[in-house]
Amino acid sequence: MEVQLRDPKIVMKLSKLGSFHQSKLSFLRSFLKEFKNWKHKRDLFELDEDGHGRAVYSLSKNNRTYSLVCFANKIKDDERSDRVIATKWDTAFTLHDGIPTKKDLDRLYQDVPKQEVGRLSYKELTLSRANKSIRIFNHVVESLSQGNQPDKNKLMDVGYLYRTTAVYGSGKFGLADRFRIKNREEICGPFRLEMMLVYLVREFTFDQVNHIAKQKNPRKAVALDKDICRNLGIGNSTGLGMAPFIVNHPTLLNNWILSKEISLKKIREIENVKDNEVELFKKTLKKSLKNITSWNTDSEFQKKKIFGLLKDMEKLINFINEDFDFKGKYSFNELYLWCEKNLKDECIEYIVSLMMEPYDDIITPLIKKMSSDEEKYFNIPTQKNIENLRNILENNYSEIIKIDFSKKENNQNFWFISKNKEEPRLADRYLDYGSDLEQPLAIARDIKILYERISSKKNSLSIGKFLMENNDLRHVVRRAFISENFPYAEIQDNTIGSKLMPIDMLRLKLSFFGAVKFDPRSDKWLRICMFQGAPLLNDLKSLDDGWIYNSLN
Amino acid sequence: MISLSEIDTTVKRATKAVGFSWGIAEEVGKSISLLEMFGLPGLKNLNQYFKLYKDKKFQNVSLISKSNSSKISYCPIISGINFLDQVFTLNEMTEIDFENVAFPILFIPFLSKSSEIVGKKIFLKIDERKYLLNFNHSIFSNHLDSDVIDKAKKLKIIFIDNENTFSEGEWDELYSLSKKTFVEESEELKQTAAGAGLTDND
Repeated sequence: MEVQLRDPKIVMKLSKLGSFHQSKLSFLRSFLKEFKNWKHKRDLFELDEDGHGRAVYSLSKNNRTYSLVCFANKIKDDERSDRVIATKWDTAFTLHDGIPTKKDLDRLYQDVPKQEVGRLSYKELTLSRANKSIRIFNHVVESLSQGNQPDKNKLMDVGYLYRTTAVYGSGKFGLADRFRIKNREEICGPFRLEMMLVYLVREFTFDQVNHIAKQKNPRKAVALDKDICRNLGIGNSTGLGMAPFIVNHPTLLNNWILSKEISLKKIREIENVKDNEVELFKKTLKKSLKNITSWNTDSEFQKKKIFGLLKDMEKLINFINEDFDFKGKYSFNELYLWCEKNLKDECIEYIVSLMMEPYDDIITPLIKKMSSDEEKYFNIPTQKNIENLRNILENNYSEIIKIDFSKKENNQNFWFISKNKEEPRLADRYLDYGSDLEQPLAIARDIKILYERISSKKNSLSIGKFLMENNDLRHVVRRAFISENFPYAEIQDNTIGSKLMPIDMLRLKLSFFGAVKFDPRSDKWLRICMFQGAPLLNDLKSLDDGWIYNSLN
Repeated sequence: MISLSEIDTTVKRATKAVGFSWGIAEEVGKSISLLEMFGLPGLKNLNQYFKLYKDKKFQNVSLISKSNSSKISYCPIISGINFLDQVFTLNEMTEIDFENVAFPILFIPFLSKSSEIVGKKIFLKIDERKYLLNFNHSIFSNHLDSDVIDKAKKLKIIFIDNENTFSEGEWDELYSLSKKTFVEESEELKQTAAGAGLTDND
């Protein structure tokens, strides 16, 4: 039986993309699998009694070494801010390519704590900073220094000691360009080096908290319990900066979504699901409930989604226990079809992720296909003609070209780059200043203009000749031809409409990162947790890929 | 050092800021980082060009012909983009001449990409400076100074047919040498060493 890939016009709706969850395809999980056999070392740990100073952690295999360089700084409480406009942070990090020399460390000490206003070199791969969750951090230090373990309930509320507020890579601020490292086999999955940085930062946070407690009370202090450590991740605050990424990288977006869709298709095409596969699916389903019940947020929007998810999960579990038989043919397909009919997107996508759990053989090869050599698809095929372009627009953008952009609400917002932080922002076209400097992120509107512009053109006119007079639409002509070969390259929604929920765009990306506990703080930014439940460096060799469901929370 | 990614992003924004469309700005961002990667002074030339761009008039060529001349200097960006867009028809002309092109270095990346698209090397002559553009993989030149060239009086573009750079005799000599790594087969090996059957009528 052949199952068709899900229709991009449904999958690529923002409300659907904003319901995606972590899965076996997620980058932090695939990173751990790739690096589980690498040697790890704490090469340097020079912190004072308050935990300020520098440290270096490395992962190495054969002739390759990656080193996390950490700088822990003293800052005042009123200087601590998660917003990208902050200028000081508790800690600053960079991932160095190789083993840093003393000279490198001194150079990095000058620039890494400055973050965006510092300069890195081609020897550095990623850059980040993090702030303490003060309430939790102080509680943990206090408890440990008194010889006690911290209150697990307090930790459960937050889930981490530190929160990163940005992780930069790919040539930003002088970091190494992607082309220098793209052929390294171990980093063939997307965002591998960003994941590595965050994972090693997590290790540093435990070492730092233990160190401070010990310095505070050398005779009484105890180390943070390993199980508690495992259940702490690294938080992350993410704002709009991340949203345009998925618009600006269409082939990469396609490869992420396509991998997910191929996984689902292949799983639905399994004729006889084996007992051990059913068992693993059911076990994971049961264990994963803890991840939902411990999902705390003040956001009414998210609370509603979590409530709906729990209700749908109950419905699903009842169905599986009472009315469903995995012994039937194509049982995952049957189950999926039932989900589509009876559950909402949040739960459907949750189940899609869980269905992948028993199938390493399907997922592992797809992980390697999730990167994209974007330059290869940049050139516009100018030898093609208007008929080709019209067909693409009518087939791939049929919903988009129905949108009426003469209506104010469909044109409500515009994306711009803020002058003071050079970061993307969203504003109201009719209230705010600056729409004349709009970024090219209103793809739906510009595609519609393109469609109208070609309506009077001859089918045989070449794209090269059309562009001579229409270069103002060159950016969307390029995208249209990309979408011809990359069905999931384009968000099938209006990214400037009044109903836009930017956090849907953030959540899509973060779900592929492998983030959990999405906690929207507004419709424009949210907090998440990464690596909660993940093995510690010392346990990495015996990695259980289902670690994400092992959280004790 | 500024990374190529930073060059791409900043050039793209600067190109939009002087009045080009976003689609063209994307092309220019990639083009300047390409020049810089090949060690040619892209950013320096673009910066000088943009300083003049707002106050001075430049000619925008649309349909490129075998011979193109103008009293007003051609804009290297619009000329380059149109060359790229029309490359399949231009390829048939073999040789194309331009007269009076502003900041011709900025024209090079579009030709380099064109070389990749049509699968032919392109020879470019900017007055006395020569460049060989190899399928967008490399650029050879007899002029590697990192200076600004604000104008080319004459610019000649030649599509080079895919022909060998060596004679048949030179090839034969090397081929004979390569045969010294082969093993003479016995009659038995001739029957069995290939693996496949002697008849394949099944």
